Amino acid sequence: MNQKLKSYTAQTYIAYALIAPAALYIILIVAWPLLETIRLSFTNSSLAGEDYVGLENYQKMFSSKKFNGIVTRTFVWMFFSVSLKLIIGLIGAVLLNANLKGRSIFRVLVMPPWVVPIAIGMLGWLWLYNGYFGIIAGVGMRTGILDGPFGFLAYKQSAFISTIIADVWVGTPMVTVFFLAAMQGVPRDLYEAAYCDGASRWDRFFKITLPQITPVIITMSLLSAIWTFNSFEIIWILTEGGPRGSTTTLIIDTYKQALGNYKFGRGAARAVVVMILLMLFAGFYLALLARINKKISHE
Amino acid sequence: MIFILLPFVEMFYASLRPLDHLFRSPYQFYSDDLSFWAYREMWNTVPMLPRYIFNSFFLASVTSIITLLFVIPAAYSYARFKFPFKNSSLYILLAINMFSGAVLLIPLYKVLRTFGLLNTYQAMIVPGVAFLIPTAIWLLKSYFEKIPIDLEEAAFVDGASRVQILRHIIAPLSTPGLVVVGIYAFIGSYAQQFLFAITFNQKKEYMPIPSGLYEFIGYTTVKWNEMMAASLVGIAPVLIIFLFLQKYIVAGLTSGAVKN
Repeated sequence: MNQKLKSYTAQTYIAYALIAPAALYIILIVAWPLLETIRLSFTNSSLAGEDYVGLENYQKMFSSKKFNGIVTRTFVWMFFSVSLKLIIGLIGAVLLNANLKGRSIFRVLVMPPWVVPIAIGMLGWLWLYNGYFGIIAGVGMRTGILDGPFGFLAYKQSAFISTIIADVWVGTPMVTVFFLAAMQGVPRDLYEAAYCDGASRWDRFFKITLPQITPVIITMSLLSAIWTFNSFEIIWILTEGGPRGSTTTLIIDTYKQALGNYKFGRGAARAVVVMILLMLFAGFYLALLARINKKISHE
Repeated sequence: MIFILLPFVEMFYASLRPLDHLFRSPYQFYSDDLSFWAYREMWNTVPMLPRYIFNSFFLASVTSIITLLFVIPAAYSYARFKFPFKNSSLYILLAINMFSGAVLLIPLYKVLRTFGLLNTYQAMIVPGVAFLIPTAIWLLKSYFEKIPIDLEEAAFVDGASRVQILRHIIAPLSTPGLVVVGIYAFIGSYAQQFLFAITFNQKKEYMPIPSGLYEFIGYTTVKWNEMMAASLVGIAPVLIIFLFLQKYIVAGLTSGAVKN
């Protein structure tokens, strides 16, 4: 007994020792800054120095109409972006899972937007959206939908939609690949049985595929909600949050306050809001994951 | 498919066309004067381009090597040992993945400024590593778990030391896993070179490709054909690596997130 206990603790020490470097690194570079951000949010920290100001940053922030607008905008932006990613991803995965010619090539071809550095992909989109010379405006003008040059990123609504489309472009491949992986994991005999029973294509999709991959759909919607929420580069490169703040999401606003104006305190207060929201998302996600894992181990 | 590929096709097409063909409104679909001229000219327009490319590779390589150094022992420990807080710490790692770097920028910026580390390579490498560690641990852990523990125990019974086991059994068997995780880290850090780069570094000599090119959009009339050519050059390396190894990478990533 004693022997066993001893070896158990010795093992534990080794285990911790091996993890320690990575753990310390994370604590130093991730955990400490998180706590420090919380502390800074109660100060008026800037390049000049800092003083404790209590809840002032928060009071100002929550009473400002602009900030409330930003929060709403963030969620609307997220909602459209995530829904589009899921819908297109699902359709894409179904097509890639079907017995089509050349599907293995297509499976590879869907992925580039995911792997390519987002920032560089966005340079390409800047050109596509160019109001005078870009291909989208060009097609619009040729077909008569637009009666002249149109700067997609220059107007409030079109900029909002354009950034969503670019975000969907970046995020969809990953969603598709995960859905596809899940569909391939659905047991074949389910389909064979359904086929023998004379179920139609639609029936097979809605009664077998969809319920079978529901856990993955839910996890992916949460994950992509989190990533979309965090999306920074896309909006920053396309519009820097403009025109007139119409594409300023929470992340962009945080960045602008903190590192555009060097108002660290105000920026930190926004970062704390971001953190809390992210923690809610993460909590949902992890709880869900734990439940799914439990279910799998029970079966 | 069209939606996904059109931007790339158009980027490539634009890069082949002369500038005065691009600057016609409305858009001309047809150019009779395609050439790789922009690919030669861009080196003059963006004089620092070779440096940006070098920086991107340098940053990505160093970041991924450091990540591996931290991750290998940790992943091994997670795969082999049982200890208190094992599962909860693994979930915390997952949660870290969900935090965007943007939340941590303020304190990191202040610290880097105090230590005079702004505008250095380190300023971009250090936070980069932190965001690669979590996924890399999960990925590598699943590779280590596939190595039968019996092999290690047999060697242990035969009197091999832990170091010997690590060198002669674990290392060779886990090479494929290490390669995949290394590539993940490389592509990941190559792709994340924007936020930290524009925030912590203003010096041209240290800029990676994305922030270097982004700077060009701001203050000059953009020579779009050359810009697209340069972008494609920046994209090419990751795309090539990915096309060769996509099978392994996708399998690894999806198994980590879907089944676990």
